[in-house]
Amino acid sequence: MIFFNAFLLSGLICMLGQFILDNTKLTPGHVTSLFTVFGAILSFFGIYEKLIKWAGAGATVVISNFGHLLYQAGIAGFQEFGILGFFSGLLTKSSAAIVSAIIFSFVLTLVFKPKD
Amino acid sequence: MNQDEYKKLVDEITPKENKLKNAIVAFFIGGLIGFVGQVVVTILMTSFEMENVEAYTWLCIFIILFGSVCTALGFFDNLVTKAKAGLIVPTTGFAHSITSAALDYKKEGMITGLGANFFKLAGSVLLYGIIAAFFLSILGVMIYG
Repeated sequence: MIFFNAFLLSGLICMLGQFILDNTKLTPGHVTSLFTVFGAILSFFGIYEKLIKWAGAGATVVISNFGHLLYQAGIAGFQEFGILGFFSGLLTKSSAAIVSAIIFSFVLTLVFKPKD
Repeated sequence: MNQDEYKKLVDEITPKENKLKNAIVAFFIGGLIGFVGQVVVTILMTSFEMENVEAYTWLCIFIILFGSVCTALGFFDNLVTKAKAGLIVPTTGFAHSITSAALDYKKEGMITGLGANFFKLAGSVLLYGIIAAFFLSILGVMIYG
C-alpha cells in the first residue's frame, strides 16, 4: 500500500507545483524555494513525519523534504549541543543532498560540454 | 490597428497551454518518481539490511545523481518541457539547477565563472530553507521544549 501512497503523494505535490507555475507568474525557482520553506513549516507542526510514515519515499523525493531535514537537524542539534546546535547542527541531516549535488555537478561539468 | 485590437490578435495567435494536460503529466511523472523511489528504498532495506534513514539518504543521492547526469547529457531540458513540475519539484530539479548553472558558466573561468555561479539557481532554495528552518527550530524548541 505504501507504493500507492508514495505515487499519490509525490504526484499530488508535483501537480500542485505545476498548478502554481501555470496560474501565477512565479518561476520554478520560486516554487522550489516555496516548497522547501513549506516543508520546514509542515515539519514544525509534526505533519511531515506523518507524511513520511504514510507515503515513504513519496514524501522524501520532493524538495520539501530538504526543509524537513533542515528543521529536524536544528532540533537534534539543540538537543545535543544547546544553543550552539542551531548553528553547528542545522546542515547535518541534509549534508548528503548538498554534498552529492556539489560533487556530481562539479565532476560532470569537467567532463561534459554544455549543449546549445 | 489600435492597442486593444493588437492585444486581441496576440491572444488569439499565442498557443494556449493546456493546463489540465500539464497537471496530469506532472502528477504521473512526479508520482512515478515517488513510486520508483519507494521501490528503491524497499530493496535497500530488505536486500541490503539498511536502516530507514540510511535507505532514504541513499535514495536522495541516487535521485541527485540521476538529475545531474540527465542535465550533463543535455536531455533534461527536453524532459522538463514535457514533464514540467514533475521533474522540477522532486530533488532532480535541485540537481538540475546546480549542474546547468555550472555547465553554462564554465567557459567564463573556474573562479569567476563556475565558482561564482554554481549556486546561482539553487542558492534561493538553500538560503530560504536554512533561514526558515533556523528560526522555526528555535521556535519549535521554545514551544515543544
